[in-house]
Amino acid sequence: MSETNEPEILFGIYCPPHPQPLLSPEASEGYSKLRAAYDECRKRIEESEADIILVYSTTWPSIIGHQIQALEKAIWTHVDDDFHYLGSMPYEFHMDTEFAHSMKENCEKRGLEARTVEYEGFPIDTGSVVALQLLNPDNRIPSCILSSNMYSNRSETIVLGKAVRDTLAQQNKKAVVVVVSSLSNRMFTEHIDPKEDRIHSQKDDDWNRKILEFFDDGRLEDLSQLSRDIHGQIRVQKVVAYKPAWWLAATMGQHNNYDGEVLAYEALHGSGGAVITLTPSTGSVGDKEFDEDDVEFYRGDRNVLDKGTLE
Amino acid sequence: MAKGQIVAGCLAPHPPHLVYADNPPQNEAYSEGGWETLRWGYQRLARKLKNIDYDAIVIFTPHWQTYIGTHFLGLPEFKSKSVDPVFPNLFRYNYDLQVDVELSEAMRDAASQEGIITKMMTNPDFRVDYGTITSCHLLNPEWDKPIVTISSNRNTHYYSPEVMIEQATALGRACAKAIEESGKRVVLVASHSLSHRHFVEEAPLPEDMSKEHIYNHSQYVWDMKIVEMMRDGKSREVIDIMPEFTEQTIAETEGGGLIWMLGAMGFPDFPAEIYGYQSVIGTGNVIACWDPNDDTREYVL
Ligand SMILES: [Fe+2]
Repeated sequence: MSETNEPEILFGIYCPPHPQPLLSPEASEGYSKLRAAYDECRKRIEESEADIILVYSTTWPSIIGHQIQALEKAIWTHVDDDFHYLGSMPYEFHMDTEFAHSMKENCEKRGLEARTVEYEGFPIDTGSVVALQLLNPDNRIPSCILSSNMYSNRSETIVLGKAVRDTLAQQNKKAVVVVVSSLSNRMFTEHIDPKEDRIHSQKDDDWNRKILEFFDDGRLEDLSQLSRDIHGQIRVQKVVAYKPAWWLAATMGQHNNYDGEVLAYEALHGSGGAVITLTPSTGSVGDKEFDEDDVEFYRGDRNVLDKGTLE
Repeated sequence: MAKGQIVAGCLAPHPPHLVYADNPPQNEAYSEGGWETLRWGYQRLARKLKNIDYDAIVIFTPHWQTYIGTHFLGLPEFKSKSVDPVFPNLFRYNYDLQVDVELSEAMRDAASQEGIITKMMTNPDFRVDYGTITSCHLLNPEWDKPIVTISSNRNTHYYSPEVMIEQATALGRACAKAIEESGKRVVLVASHSLSHRHFVEEAPLPEDMSKEHIYNHSQYVWDMKIVEMMRDGKSREVIDIMPEFTEQTIAETEGGGLIWMLGAMGFPDFPAEIYGYQSVIGTGNVIACWDPNDDTREYVL
């Protein structure tokens, strides 16, 4: 991959995984604002010259490396584990199989374990279904979905983003990239009246708003560098790390030159749901220095357990 | 009406590899076998269950993950295809199963009365999770008994392993009460592995047993400690040590299934029957059964 062969990423979208904006937007003012923000993004995608919509979903965990959805026509009816009572989500998504297969190869070239999945009835996760259904309802543009490996951490996630860049550049495709993730992800553990939905705690709300300021300023790389703090402060410890900002920065470009726009920020059963766009621009913002090394190839976890033991 | 009772409690791990290795007609993938230690153990336990008179299987699964309370299957029939999201190459299983809705609702009501947040699942498009399908297939390949699936509320991650112990024990007590009042004879199933660190790469032939081993020795030692306590009838001690076990081995016990089952059975002090232990893609799996009947309890392995 030559340095000059840069991929063209038109803009990025950060959006929440829960199904209320799709299934019950009218249930609260907040949900309908999120829905309106999704609709705005859909319009912008339609008006763009995107060749592919690329989704990284935090609600699709994988174990065997990184899974890449490659079924040409994925057709099923999805039901959410928690919000099944809001209704079913029938879908038909058209995948860019050419992209998916090259993406696998490019992952492998960078040392990642990866595989495509092409099975009728494969359970596409709630977050991907909600995002693709709202952002690209008529399959005007082919898409591709990437899983989030349960065990992967910073290096692997950054290298995954770089493999996306390799693939887009190789295929000369213009992309809209989508991260499906909550900000704070703690939900209420009881059923609530949607009209009374609010962010679970003041602390979660404070942190979410700080993150939104960064997004608004286009400081994507700064957010990427703050991922471990975000994980410790406002993420339920379900996986090893908060990875969306790592992936988004590695995919879009590890800098702070973006025009950010927060289209909506609302509670989704207590979690922080935001619809945000980031468009590459000029002019740099940022007042932080970081010394974490950038990483181009994944060489596996350093095995700490075996080091320093008595021979 | 005679009092209902729990006639057996099974710890039944659900790696889809075991169904894949069996090549049942319901599964689309084809294998050359593999993981016989577990599969033969399952076959022996399935034969034992054939000789027990029971009305329904109640199964607690960590692959129906709910954050807003505990959910119960609430329609009489579910028919669809279950595709494992992690191992779709191995598990694409066409199922057609019956649910004991009456028992499901009774357990849900009893749990609600205990102050547990609950929900009945009545969406006909819902796909039953692969943990339920795998464990039930291996314990009862004929599928001739109705089941009830109970979801795993994510207490361990949301609060702590200790909160999970409190909540899952309370849920177990409530389910036991409902079973007693129902007059039914029920087999309980906790569907999960013990240690649960996977390899993140798969052998080109997944059933190549020359590649299969536990992820690391520490996981093995922990698993053996737990199995030994089960053998010795120390079920309360298994639960007491569980927070540490779960943390040290990333154990699938975090979902609460074993706690729920042993809680429902009143933390039995009789020995568990052990049917086999083996690793699957690095995770540790034991098949065990708690048989409350002194006359039929066996020393299996
Ligand atoms: Fe599992």
